[in-house]
Order: sequence, then C-alpha cells, then structure tokens
Amino acid sequence: MAEEIKAGCARPTGGLVGEAVKEGTATQQEEKKEVKPMIMIGRKAPDFMAPGYFQGKFINVHLSDYLGKWVLLCFYPGDFTFV
Amino acid sequence: MSIDSVFVHKMWVDHELSKMVKKGIPFPMLSDVGGKVGTAFGVFDDVAGVETRGRFIIDPDGVIQGYEVLTPPVGRNVSESLRQVQAFQHVRNTGGTEATPSGWRPGKLTLKPGPDLVGNVWKVWKTEMERD
Repeated sequence: MAEEIKAGCARPTGGLVGEAVKEGTATQQEEKKEVKPMIMIGRKAPDFMAPGYFQGKFINVHLSDYLGKWVLLCFYPGDFTFV
Repeated sequence: MSIDSVFVHKMWVDHELSKMVKKGIPFPMLSDVGGKVGTAFGVFDDVAGVETRGRFIIDPDGVIQGYEVLTPPVGRNVSESLRQVQAFQHVRNTGGTEATPSGWRPGKLTLKPGPDLVGNVWKVWKTEMERD
C-alpha cells in the first residue's frame, strides 16, 4: 500500500492531500498564517502524505492507506527526546 | 510523526530504539518537515518549531474519535490510549447501542442509552466502578 521511496540528497517532505503547492516565498508565508486546524472529533481526519521510515525502508504513507483499520496517530517533539 | 527527517528517524531506530524493541518498530515513523501536517491537526508549535505530544484515534472510516495533546515534558500513557481504542471498537461493534461509562475496560459493564436509563444510571453503575 505504501510505495518505497529512493533515498536522495534532499529531505523528503509530505503535506496534505489535495493541497496545491504554492509558489513564491512571500505569499507562501502570508498564506501559511491562515492555515487553521481542520480537526474536530466526529469529523474526518484531513488526509496527508508523509515520508516515513519502516523496517529498513523509506516509504511514502498516506493516511487514507489505512481506511478500514484503526489508526493511532502520534506526534512528538523530536527524535532522541526522552519522555 | 515529528519534524525530523526520515534519515534522522533511521538513525534513532538503528542506534537506540532497536535496543529497546527487539523486533523493530512495528509502525512507520513519519516525517513532517515544516510541520504542515501538524499544523492541520493543531499540534504544531510554530514558535518552538516542533510538534507537541498529540495523539489521535482515527476509526476505519477515517473519522477522528478522540485526541489528547500534551506539552513536551509530560509523556503519554499507552495503556490509556489502548483502553480508549478498545472502548471505541466496542461501541462500533455494537452499532452504537452500547456506551462505555467512565473507567470502562473490556469485560466491564456497558450502558444501553435510552429513555429507561434516564435518572437510573445510579442503579446499575457505581462510582467505584470508575477505578480499576
């Protein structure tokens, strides 16, 4: 379900599915401020694509890959943090 | 998911986490460089530039059933997350005819919401049942 990605020189990044890639740095920063949280319990989670590391491989993961399964999505401040 | 790159994830897994979890991490470690996904979920701290400790339970339809967000110094309780998943699964499996009261664990009493239960919860559910 998740396709493997080649390890290149750039850091792979993801984003929300369906969100257009914006050009230009000045407008990008202005528009960034307007991004509001889209979450609400009982409503659909926003779909996203994110690169990941899983069992020795780099992969691209869509949240929608997991439709039909229960998902525990955890955010944390950073690798090597100790809590 | 954190703002670290997949390369840093690999280093952390290979050099530290693999020493804690012998069979390897059983789920993908996701990268959110720039915090776009964290922003959408309301857990990206754009001052500190990192994600806070947010945890979301998403059901098989992609619907968010619950979440918990903590500031970085306090860790989560995995048992409580699993308990909540079990409770949401139970509710889903009963088609919403049963609800899980405070402190519910698999095997404990559930409630069947309806007119008969109004004002009568005290007859079937005791406060000490909230505790393990």
